[in-house]
Amino acid sequence: MKIFGIQIPMMASLILWAIVWEIVGQLELSILLPPFSHILIRMVEIVPTATFMNALWITAKCFLIGTAIAIVVGIPIGVLMGRSIVIDRMLLPWVNMFLSAPLTALVPVLMTLFGFGTKTIILTTVLFAIWIIVLDARAGVKNITPSLVDMTKSFQANFWQAFTKVYVWAAMPEILAGIRLGCIRSIKGVIIGQLLVSVVGFGRLFELYSANFLMEHMWALLFVLFFFAFLIAEGLGVLERKFEYYAASRN
Amino acid sequence: MSAAAEAVSNTTPIAVEVDQVTKIYPGGVEALNDMTIQFPKGELTSLLGPSGCGKTTLLKIIAGLLKPTSGTVKVNGVDVTGPGKERAFVFQDFALMPWASVIRNAAFGLELQGMNKTEREAIAGKYIDIVGLKGYENLYPHELSGGMRQRVGLARALAVNAEVLLMDEPFSAVDEQTRRKFQEDILEVVDDEQKTFIFVTHSIEEAVYVSQSIALLLPRPSRVSEIIRPDIRRDISPDAIRRDPVYLDIVERIWQGLRTYVE
Amino acid sequence: MSSFLIHPLTLRLVSVVIAFGTWEYLGRIPISPAFPTFLETMSALWGMLMDGSMLAVYPATFQPLLIGLIISSILGIACGVFMGLNHKAEWFGAPVFIVLQSAPLAALIPLLTFAYGIGLTSKIITVCIMSMPVIVLNAYTAVRHTPTSMIEMGESYLGSYRQIIMKIIIPAASPVIYAGLRLGAAMGFIGAILAELLITPTGIGDLITYNQSIAEYDKMYAAIFSIMVFAVLFIEILERTEYIFFRPDKRVTQ
Repeated sequence: MKIFGIQIPMMASLILWAIVWEIVGQLELSILLPPFSHILIRMVEIVPTATFMNALWITAKCFLIGTAIAIVVGIPIGVLMGRSIVIDRMLLPWVNMFLSAPLTALVPVLMTLFGFGTKTIILTTVLFAIWIIVLDARAGVKNITPSLVDMTKSFQANFWQAFTKVYVWAAMPEILAGIRLGCIRSIKGVIIGQLLVSVVGFGRLFELYSANFLMEHMWALLFVLFFFAFLIAEGLGVLERKFEYYAASRN
Repeated sequence: MSAAAEAVSNTTPIAVEVDQVTKIYPGGVEALNDMTIQFPKGELTSLLGPSGCGKTTLLKIIAGLLKPTSGTVKVNGVDVTGPGKERAFVFQDFALMPWASVIRNAAFGLELQGMNKTEREAIAGKYIDIVGLKGYENLYPHELSGGMRQRVGLARALAVNAEVLLMDEPFSAVDEQTRRKFQEDILEVVDDEQKTFIFVTHSIEEAVYVSQSIALLLPRPSRVSEIIRPDIRRDISPDAIRRDPVYLDIVERIWQGLRTYVE
Repeated sequence: MSSFLIHPLTLRLVSVVIAFGTWEYLGRIPISPAFPTFLETMSALWGMLMDGSMLAVYPATFQPLLIGLIISSILGIACGVFMGLNHKAEWFGAPVFIVLQSAPLAALIPLLTFAYGIGLTSKIITVCIMSMPVIVLNAYTAVRHTPTSMIEMGESYLGSYRQIIMKIIIPAASPVIYAGLRLGAAMGFIGAILAELLITPTGIGDLITYNQSIAEYDKMYAAIFSIMVFAVLFIEILERTEYIFFRPDKRVTQ
């Protein structure tokens, strides 16, 4: 979009939306929307507090552990599926199913089995993230051109060499895409887990704020969460783009 | 420039007249600079040149898909301001709609003009037959080979009964054997249809084989360096033409002229 | 014989048997008193179907789900296509939806309860906010990525603006739009269930939480099983209907 001939970047429209929000809030048009500036003030207030830091710490812990498990378990499964037709045909229907199934419905199961603590939240995170990681790892392996495989054979590489020097890098663009999408899902998982468990972390904070009708605090919390989610997604996007240059030319 | 004018016979009417056309893309890339060229009616003229000489740009400007930065293009004496019924375009990547059957694709130009279904499919059906795809009307593009898809593109361009057919490297996306067959077939179509063909290619052999007139374009600045009228016998078999010394001489001569411009 | 053994359907059957068999086994150990076996769950499912308790609750779940999905689909596709065609709309809208897509929107639910109470409205809005971003972004990307040569083809054959949109851009975009609808439906289901677990238990959410609270775990699992199956079937049917509306060529492909 151009104003006076100067190209304005797209993200700048968010600033415009913030201004609109501020006006709506000042005019008190909706109980749902306090002025943007007030929310920003609250953000500065609540972030340094102990309760917030604690909740952030729990969330971060669950997110990292959960995503790590999803990656460490998911990628090998995806790779196996990509290499073995038998395993692929057995597992693929399940992976596809769980990819689009409402995993939220399984959280009560996790709660009854593992209690109301961080264990449940970590497992929720793993559940949300793992399927797309598996699927994309599988896609990455399947995309390795047969001629590349032949090439490693013709130079008599052993399995380990072939795997670490060629296959992993050949599949890397898809694997990274899977990890990025997996992280977005695990963030959702970590939040949904906390909302449902609601006695730990951000779930508890939300309960606290809503019980006391602290709208501005709720939005402030949301903004911080959304901000971190966005940062992680974009950060992984940057990493993915570093591998993009050869993604299209592999075939 | 006067050499170009001389090479075209004075009695042949001109279908397309390009006058001092310049095209500068946003960002400063100069694709065409002061290009002037005429295309005789009823003939197949090739635009031949290495990449970067602006031939596709020129074709799209004639088609009305691009606007020149300066200069004019006239078709049958009328200024070009955009696409028009008297011109039809054949695309390098076929530009077929994968969700439509062969007959619908071929009739698409007529569909956009508002003709009713029975009429337009009757016309399209005739041209599908002419391009050799009779029986394939209800198949989808993904079921056809590259060569067959381009025939559909050609049928679509012929069906709208335009006077000027613009072809943008139409045979470059198919394999060599199919390409040769196409070249032979296009000669037939040119004979039968009495239309003006403007044909962009980067293959010297192709240009010499199919054209009545070749405009050699050179880049930086893009200009017409020469107009050649291949004087080859067309009454002998296609394979014999390709072995004819006159044909081979012309190809070699053009190649020597273009050599220095190939990156 | 070996080709029969590794045939997709055989292996699918084998994997199903292994999965449910493992479930049964784990339930029998038992790994937890709260873990019913596969057969117990299935018989509870059958029981609930037969005595009508399951069929009675589904409408309450489906109301916000279907209304929400219909609203998101229509609004979402319209927004996305508009953003794809119009640069100003793109400038205003795309960043918002991009941010929303990676954001954990579920966190907005407490806010909704706050403003709209615990009734149907909050649940419909929950479904909408969960499913709309992906529908909008898919439609927008699809329209933006229409192959240029196809649009040029339409222009060269004198297609009007409207003709080019309806006959070329939308059909070309439909696979990605459809993928967006499927993802949106999946998110919608998550939204509907979350709404029931967080806002007020109605419908299936009620069956789940109630049976959980009275420790009737087989019924609880049966309810969960049913909603999972339902969601998967719904999305599967959505996938198959694509060719009916826009892409007859997909029906031809196997």
